[in-house]
Amino acid sequence: MQTLHSLYNILVDIILIVIPLFLIVAYVTYSERKIIGFMQARLGPSRVGPYGLLQPIADVIKLLSKEIIIPSGANKNIFITAPIIMLVPSLLVWSVIPLSETFVLANINAGILFILAFTSLSVYGVILAGWSSNSKYAFLGSMRSAAQIIAYEIAMGFALVGVLMAAGSLNLQEIILSQSGGFFHWYWLPLFPLFIIYFIAGVAETNRAPFDVSEGESELVAGFHVEYSGITFALFFLAEYMNLILISILASIMFFGGWLSPFQGTWLEIFFDWVPGFIWLSLKTLIFIFIFLWLRATLPRYRYDQIMRLGWKVFLPITLIWIFFEGIMIYYNIEPWFSYVK
Amino acid sequence: MLNNIKSILKSFFLLEIFKGLSITGKNLFKKPITVQYPEEKTPQSHRFRGLHALRKYPNGEERCIGCKLCEAVCPALAITIDTEMRKDGTRRTTKYDIDLFKCVYCGFCEESCPVDAIVETKIFEFHFEDKNEKIITKKELLKIGDLYEKEEIKDRANIN
Repeated sequence: MQTLHSLYNILVDIILIVIPLFLIVAYVTYSERKIIGFMQARLGPSRVGPYGLLQPIADVIKLLSKEIIIPSGANKNIFITAPIIMLVPSLLVWSVIPLSETFVLANINAGILFILAFTSLSVYGVILAGWSSNSKYAFLGSMRSAAQIIAYEIAMGFALVGVLMAAGSLNLQEIILSQSGGFFHWYWLPLFPLFIIYFIAGVAETNRAPFDVSEGESELVAGFHVEYSGITFALFFLAEYMNLILISILASIMFFGGWLSPFQGTWLEIFFDWVPGFIWLSLKTLIFIFIFLWLRATLPRYRYDQIMRLGWKVFLPITLIWIFFEGIMIYYNIEPWFSYVK
Repeated sequence: MLNNIKSILKSFFLLEIFKGLSITGKNLFKKPITVQYPEEKTPQSHRFRGLHALRKYPNGEERCIGCKLCEAVCPALAITIDTEMRKDGTRRTTKYDIDLFKCVYCGFCEESCPVDAIVETKIFEFHFEDKNEKIITKKELLKIGDLYEKEEIKDRANIN
């Protein structure tokens, strides 16, 4: 009876996370089109519903009702499985994200490790999709994307190593708590270079502009998902945007104190005491999502060899040097930086 | 050497990227220039050349005397005219066809007409649902002419 009850609780929690997540993904696509539109002096979607607010729902209906076309030379089983392999890890990772002081689906000890393990699984989805499509564009796109994800995974992993060195824990809840003490106690300040590298690597990880060579409309049509249509395409789409939100929420957890209030320790603290931690977390996440969209509206696509150069020759050395530096600081307990490490 | 260091520092501090971001950031708050077409329209020039029309005199007599100057001047060979002698001894057209697919809307017909019969109106929102409708006949042209006359009066009043 006890297990059944807890199982029921877990199911409710999963629904509480997944359904809002899908809705957020839908409206992130809407705001992306709207924001990029306004940045380019256009209006963006404005016809379906007031201010085009129903546009994502119309898109969903369209994608669901479209036919799934399977290319004649494709490996049918893998072709269908690939988008699922892509989507499942990006959904699974949400189970360890602390959304507020108390709400975590699974408060496991090795949170960062779990996240790194599952986000790197999505590369299999990309490779399998590109290979099973039996199309040269899809294949080239998936090769590019795989190389890129592997290259930036390392830089991103090292950036997170810096965080766990500072926090002294792999548990996400503890990482947040070790940042408590207001805006200037969050890790973005002592780990600033790692934060910048983490965010740029995150953009590259999610294959978004300016690192979207795996899609590269001008040379590869649509990259690894050229042959996909209907619901299978929708799964890729969903996974991409879910990863975008995930990178943003991780950036705010690791470097911007998660659900902690930014006014902690100042005289403003009591005025904002009533704001739940979840609101702070979502505000921070929204800012990062906005930066993602802003980057896409601003920057042209990187050349492929420059992306690889940036990943291996610039980001990797910088993170290594900074981790080394940080280690020395922690070892000698040097004041401005790592005095608060236990 | 110094330039090299300068450019490395520049790219390390992402200066160019921040410059670009500030431009797009400013644009976010500017008014979009989109014209929502069926509801909003861009202003039209006074000299806009759109769909053709054949005019009449105030007493209802058609202006065209079938001199075929427009047919001769038409660079796209879009105009076809047949004429006959009427009972009162004047020459009038029996056929005045314009192929709207061939027409380039250059306005030469309008320029060449000695009696100001053929004109180009400001109508530009027209379409065909059948391929044969691309040729508009004299009857249709005269009908558009009646419309044009009203619009013209309104326009002149606006200018004055």
